[in-house]
Amino acid sequence: MIQLLVAVIRRLAWAAGLVVAVLAINFVLIHAAPGDPASVIAGEMGGGDTTVIESIKRAYGLDRPLHEQFVTYIGKSLRGDLGQSYTYSKPVSELILDRIGPTILLVLTALIFAIFAGTLLGVFASRKPRSLLSGAVTVLSLVGYAMPVFWTGILLVILFGKVWPIMPIAGMRDVRQFGVGGWSAVVDVLHHLVLPAITLTIIYLAQYSRLARASMLEVLGSDYIRTARAKGLSEWVVTFKHALRNALMPVVTIAGLQFGNLISGAVLVETVFSWPGLGTLALDAILGRDYPTLLGILTFSSLLVILANLLTDLSYRWIDPRLRGK
Amino acid sequence: MMQTQHPTVTPAAPPGVQVISPLREAWRVFRGNKAAMLGLVLLSCIMLLMVVGPGLYGVNAFDIAGAPFTEPFVQQQLWLGTDYLGRDILAGMLIGGRATVMVGLAAACITVSIGVTVGSLAGYFGGWVDTLLSRLTELFQVLPTLLFAMVLVTLFQPSLGVVVMAIGLVSWTGTARLARAEFMRLRHLEYVSAARAMGARHLRLMLREILPNALPPLIVSATLIIGVAILFEAGLSFLGLSDPNVMSWGYMIGANRRNILECWWAVSFPGAAIFLTVLSVSLVGDGLNDALNPKLHLR
Repeated sequence: MIQLLVAVIRRLAWAAGLVVAVLAINFVLIHAAPGDPASVIAGEMGGGDTTVIESIKRAYGLDRPLHEQFVTYIGKSLRGDLGQSYTYSKPVSELILDRIGPTILLVLTALIFAIFAGTLLGVFASRKPRSLLSGAVTVLSLVGYAMPVFWTGILLVILFGKVWPIMPIAGMRDVRQFGVGGWSAVVDVLHHLVLPAITLTIIYLAQYSRLARASMLEVLGSDYIRTARAKGLSEWVVTFKHALRNALMPVVTIAGLQFGNLISGAVLVETVFSWPGLGTLALDAILGRDYPTLLGILTFSSLLVILANLLTDLSYRWIDPRLRGK
Repeated sequence: MMQTQHPTVTPAAPPGVQVISPLREAWRVFRGNKAAMLGLVLLSCIMLLMVVGPGLYGVNAFDIAGAPFTEPFVQQQLWLGTDYLGRDILAGMLIGGRATVMVGLAAACITVSIGVTVGSLAGYFGGWVDTLLSRLTELFQVLPTLLFAMVLVTLFQPSLGVVVMAIGLVSWTGTARLARAEFMRLRHLEYVSAARAMGARHLRLMLREILPNALPPLIVSATLIIGVAILFEAGLSFLGLSDPNVMSWGYMIGANRRNILECWWAVSFPGAAIFLTVLSVSLVGDGLNDALNPKLHLR
């Protein structure tokens, strides 16, 4: 038990170290980029002479020595202050909180569908590695892997926006429905969710079905499966109770990583469908040269990855007692 | 100083037994793999079109060739139609592959170089070197890939070089882990100890003894990374983060992104080209995997 506690504390300390390292990378990026930050800010405000630039430097603390700036930056970030957005004149943290909801809704929907369907496909494919279904899973994963995600989205937009217009292809709400609450609002959001979620699911599904198939094939060849069969257990019990539980570990790993990396995963899909999430916020920040927002999103999403990794790691120790002391 | 040159001994085959080199054996397995051969043929066709196509067709992809939004398969001269500015899509398709594939190859080279260097040092030396480099790898794994690349390209202006560097910087961690695992496994094998006993230095042990034996999985992963890098470049271009002075498939998609419904062909055709290229690269990669790592068969 103490061993487990020590391991967990060490893991937490390392996660905290990672957070500081990520902030350091951000800091280096700002200062390594061509053009000094003060003139960039002045430029965004509509240009300025030296006195304006000097006052900006003072206001942002850019006239201080670098190490002092670094400490201030880390301190502020750790307190949740990611700076002010140039474009929106709002705190970046507030902007991020406004936009995180739609992204989580989109990514979670796609992930849940993909994990569920992908695992099932993988399980059935692994039962007969040379069958038609198994071949279909292989083809699906190859095609899903090779399709640029935005292209899939665009094909769906063309199909459902031009050829057979039954689905909304942009945004999260119908303009005519603004101000309407209750169930009709939920239905409206779900209706808008269909296409982006399908696009993202196709990509994820390709990965999970392949992963689950490979993992199941490996597990099904092990001794304890032969033992379970020799005991006379039904194939159903052997597959779902004995094999699947052990084959799920890689799926859990990838799911954790993918949830942490959700903004990277969603940015292209969000752009295709103008989904008002963090991905479109990041793209707007790029187009508007809104560096605080852009770096704030980068910091925030790195934090999400660290958190997701931590949770995945801890859940391993909980699932697999052999890992507890490690 | 001890001599580090090894005597090379070629075992003589008993009479009547044909010696097959590992490379020829790998090619035999690869050739028997229908999907892999399909990928190879497809890839060769794409390469051929890219190399000789623009010269034969002779239309500048940036020139205005006709009315904007000309539909494909209607006009004789403009087979694949024109985009929102009236540029010839077919010309762009033919020349655009060069930049896309070059970016993919260059980024894969950088990815593999960083990954193999970091991974081999960590795996070979172990101890504090391993701890340090593994922590570094973990740090880069935490950075959200696409977002980090977007930030890099924005801060340093989108040019092909920056795009290549950005893709390389965010995608080397997988290769590093793979190389580390292989070097860790191989460094304790007897033949390595034998070479060490004969006085071989670290660099020689790493490059001449261990690396060749670690190559098969690394080659496979490098092939797959080319595909990932091409997709990555396409994604960045789609967001408008590619070099606007170089015609590439990704640029075509990014430039026509706002007119998807008016001219679906300007976006769909380059997208299909990227899809087919990545598909053929990954088919070849899977085939290489079966041919070079026979132990992993049927996984």
